[in-house]
Amino acid sequence: MSKLWSLTRRELGAYFLSPSAYIVLALFLLISGYFFSTYVIAVRQADMRPVLSEVAVLFLFLLPALTSRLWAEERKQGTDELLMTAPLSTAQIVVAKYLAALLLFSAYLAVTLLYPVMLAVWGPLDWAAVLTGYLGLLLFGGAALAVGLYASSLTDSQMLAAISAFAMLLGFWISAWAGGALPPGWAPVLTYLSFTTHYQDFSKGLLDTSHGLYFLTLIAGFLFLTARRLESTRTR
Amino acid sequence: MIEVTGISKSYGSKTGVKALTFSVGSGEILGLLGPNGAGKSTTLRMLTGYLTPSSGTIRIDGIDLWENPAAVRARLGYLPDRPPLYREMTVQAYVDFAAALRGVSAAVRRQRVGEVLEATGLKEVAGRLLGNLSRGFQQRAGLAQAIVHDPAVLVLDEPTTGLDPIQVSEIRALIQRLGRERTVILSSHILPEVQLLCQRVLVMDRGRVLAEDRPDRLSQRFQDSRRYRVQVFGDLEQAAVIARGVPGVTRAEVAGARLEIDSASDMDIRPDLFYRLAGARLPLLELTPVALSLEDVFLRLITDEHAAGGGVA
Repeated sequence: MSKLWSLTRRELGAYFLSPSAYIVLALFLLISGYFFSTYVIAVRQADMRPVLSEVAVLFLFLLPALTSRLWAEERKQGTDELLMTAPLSTAQIVVAKYLAALLLFSAYLAVTLLYPVMLAVWGPLDWAAVLTGYLGLLLFGGAALAVGLYASSLTDSQMLAAISAFAMLLGFWISAWAGGALPPGWAPVLTYLSFTTHYQDFSKGLLDTSHGLYFLTLIAGFLFLTARRLESTRTR
Repeated sequence: MIEVTGISKSYGSKTGVKALTFSVGSGEILGLLGPNGAGKSTTLRMLTGYLTPSSGTIRIDGIDLWENPAAVRARLGYLPDRPPLYREMTVQAYVDFAAALRGVSAAVRRQRVGEVLEATGLKEVAGRLLGNLSRGFQQRAGLAQAIVHDPAVLVLDEPTTGLDPIQVSEIRALIQRLGRERTVILSSHILPEVQLLCQRVLVMDRGRVLAEDRPDRLSQRFQDSRRYRVQVFGDLEQAAVIARGVPGVTRAEVAGARLEIDSASDMDIRPDLFYRLAGARLPLLELTPVALSLEDVFLRLITDEHAAGGGVA
């Protein structure tokens, strides 16, 4: 366990030794702040829901920037030989890396709690809706990070990893739209697979365990795929 | 300490290593010698668990690598052919991370990292970024991460390539020191290096072991026929004809400004050659025995093997 944690710690440290973490944080705060202020100024109501929905779209292209490095860079630098020959299981390596990305992302998200706090000072705020909204963001972001980690395990190019993560996330985002164009029977499947289907309720302040389960399954599934992918490089 | 039984590794249809069997005793330094592409790195990567063999078993300290990889890897230190460095980390932080990754407890780590930095001569650059260090220091940092958890087995893939001569001799001295209390297996394509460091050598080519012996016996084997480089005062062509007449000479050719003469192993052709050349008024100016180069060694081993019908252990 301490070995896993030492890898997570190194990974977190590495984020701040390169500009990527700062750039992502700056962009994230800049754009989410823009969403927040334009919305609040326009409607003059203490309501976070539309803002949180817009923030989720940001994750599609910001989060791949956090995950693209995770394995692609190890392969490129040859440091994967250090990790893959250390007394850790492949699953532990994957979880350690995922945890680092998740912790960083959670910290970013926590900074934006400033917005609802500011709103609460000036008007009555539905905290329950805000909290479920944030839970939705956390789950959705967590799933996006898992997808991104998997994309990073596919290549030794960070650029390719980021682009393929974005493509996969976009696919999950828009898959519901394709329902109407396909034979009947497909629509429910594609709708079920789509992020938007499961994300909307959270931002409306509704808690539904089936939606939570969807994101957790997605996270577990992509972490499993990543571990399989790393393991397969041993037998290539 | 290390028992390797019939390991093979194929990449698609290409076979990297073919049915390799060898063992390394406790405290022994074994060298894998071979040209690029001989399968040395693949073999070492299988030993460390970075690659899984297509078939065969590896046991280290009596533990099967396949059944209990974590336990085996905890006993191993590994320096890949490219040191696995995080360029943005300081030397100190990197070695500390490597120790933590192998489960060295925080209490012991501070002291242990200090000792290892001392032993590898990295103390003076402990606070510098790995990416900014010279190749020699980077190689030492690679060695430092491999030994920081005090492993019983050290696996070193071409530990001296890319270093300047002074760095090479420093790293070799370090390996010799480390080898006193550990089992070491290293690869190299430099014959004298292997002779210097190793107690036993496996000569590999195209994924197979061509020869296995002590370095001194190996060189004896390679010297079973001798080659001399000869310079005479006078006509070289004439000298070549005379040399071919000497009993024991198997070949005499003009090569540039000198003669190249091969002789059978069991005869010393030199006195006879001297008198005959003198008799023909072609005074001998120089007679130098030529050590076989690694290429010649391989050529010879491969030729021997073909003569023996292709069967290889």
